[in-house]
Amino acid sequence: MANPADGGLMARLLPSRSKGNVQDQFYRLALLLFGVSIPLLFLFIVLRIGTEAWPAMEAFGWGFITGTEWNPVLREFGALPFIFGTVVSSVLALMIALPLSVGLAIFLTELAPRWLAAPIAFATELLAAIPSVVYGLWGIFVLVPWLRFTIQEPLSRHFGDVIPIFEGPAYGFSMMAGAVILSIMIIPFISAVTREVLTAVPRDQREAALALGATRWEMTWQVALPYALPGIIGGAILGLGRALGETMAITMVIGNRPDIAASLFAPGYTMASVLANEFAEATGALYLSALMEIALILFGITIVVNIFAQLLVWRVAKRGGR
Amino acid sequence: MNAELQPSTMAPHRPSRSPGAEAEASALPPARELESAVEATDFSFWYGSNQALDSISLTVPARKVTALIGPSGCGKSTFLRSINRMNDLIPGIRHEGDITLHGDSVYRNDRDVVQLRKSVGMVFQKSNPFPKSIYQNVAYGPKVNRLVRGRAEMDELVERSLRRAALWDEVKDRLDSSALGLSGGQQQRLCIARALAVSPEVILMDEPASALDPVATQKIEELIYELKHEYTILIVTHNMQQAARVSDYTAFFYMGRLIEMGRTQQLFTNPHEEQTEAYITGRFG
Ligand SMILES: Nc1ncnc2c1ncn2[C@@H]1O[C@H](COP(=O)(O)OP(=O)(O)OP(=O)(O)O)[C@@H](O)[C@H]1O
Ligand SMILES: [Mg+2]
Repeated sequence: MANPADGGLMARLLPSRSKGNVQDQFYRLALLLFGVSIPLLFLFIVLRIGTEAWPAMEAFGWGFITGTEWNPVLREFGALPFIFGTVVSSVLALMIALPLSVGLAIFLTELAPRWLAAPIAFATELLAAIPSVVYGLWGIFVLVPWLRFTIQEPLSRHFGDVIPIFEGPAYGFSMMAGAVILSIMIIPFISAVTREVLTAVPRDQREAALALGATRWEMTWQVALPYALPGIIGGAILGLGRALGETMAITMVIGNRPDIAASLFAPGYTMASVLANEFAEATGALYLSALMEIALILFGITIVVNIFAQLLVWRVAKRGGR
Repeated sequence: MNAELQPSTMAPHRPSRSPGAEAEASALPPARELESAVEATDFSFWYGSNQALDSISLTVPARKVTALIGPSGCGKSTFLRSINRMNDLIPGIRHEGDITLHGDSVYRNDRDVVQLRKSVGMVFQKSNPFPKSIYQNVAYGPKVNRLVRGRAEMDELVERSLRRAALWDEVKDRLDSSALGLSGGQQQRLCIARALAVSPEVILMDEPASALDPVATQKIEELIYELKHEYTILIVTHNMQQAARVSDYTAFFYMGRLIEMGRTQQLFTNPHEEQTEAYITGRFG
């Protein structure tokens, strides 16, 4: 199509042949370099981690991913407990955070008067500014004891025998504590994005619903939220991505035991945590290489999640006809 | 307009050109003598400290088309949106006086706004279909108001509404495709169908054709002409010819005041007020 706006990618990327403006040419060249440097950096990181991880891949094959024993002293390297810990804690965190964040965003944009909405929104955003290690400390001294005595012990006592996710002794330091702290950390992101997309719902869409006799509640749920859905999904995935990579806070509360347990009250271990805990002390080339392979897997999972998210957003957007 | 451009479905006559319409127009009694659908009494309206309407008293006759004309910013939209209380969403608004629908105050304290908006439909300047299928757009109103039971009844209502909006033939094979794939004029007729689906008594139209090309505009005008047999229509327009073509009565607003209201033919040929004359002859506005 003869659309001047996309008149040839090359024409726009490469310096123009008109000699008139040297400054302009320089500018384009600089931007081109910046643009290309990001994919190159990405490639470099993958290659580097890949080379480092290669000895472990050669030594253990798929057994590395399916193996459940992690014992560096005996040179046993099975990464499944870490993969399990990372995925389960992040997904649980998203399940807790998503309804809370969306509820909060709806309250702030649709219901709360401005004098109330502004301070609450500000406070939520401040949550994102708290350093990870501070979350961790708060987790150790407040969240973990509270979860242990108020939530886990009663649940374990009454339902532990029948419901597997509540079974076993309540340590406090557990998958549950990890998931809860992650969820608090990602709420600001998801709710900020949701708030933004809800505010961006065109006024005429809301008015169309109201003018047909919808209540505000119906307007919000049936018109505003569906319209904003692709954005909300984007926000949720952003949160999930952050949860997958979060290291410090979860390391401090999840218990750091490489076990795969059904119970939410049992300790777990995540990929990011094991890297942080063991990298500095890793002795032996194979041990280091095994940790590198874990890093590669973590990297891979985050990328898969993001691609999946993008596909989902496209699909929802297409279905809506936008 | 080129004759070949006109689709064959279009009626062979334009409303104002038909001799029947002219005869009918000259036989119209003054608006006050007819059954009234909407009646404003000394209605004033403020956005914060900015007064947008000043003591409007106006009778909108039932099952007729009433046009609101006047220069930009004179309060036409504000008046329209005061009738179905669409302005309620804006913080800091205030009103005095009253508007009634069939004698029943729109602003009384225990008024069910949802019910009110069901009886007073609205079509906006820019067509605003939901990003859903054509079918779902029309079905939305009946669904939230729980007007029908079961799929068959809904199918029937959707078809009836689309037929009334003169859109059925163009979309009957693609009811499940996105409404956003329709042309601008089709989208606007879809919005009219959507409004009709909840069986309103009054339909408010705020410049419904201002974003459309002449052919699409003509279709909307013909549709309005058809609809007035069953509905009371209040239309805001900037297009004087359009007001003259489609409406039975015309109200001229100026700076938040109602200057004059009368039979369209009389107001355009022989206005009582000097300001009206100045406006319709294009000396300001
Ligand atoms: N949401 C609002 N907040 C504050 N003032 C408003 C708002 N909407 C309209 N006004 C003001 O009220 C007055 C009347 O506006 P209104 O939109 O009713 O005019 P209008 O006759 O529909 O104009 P137009 O022909 O341009 O659509 C204007 O002075 C306008 O600035
Ligand atoms: Mg207006």
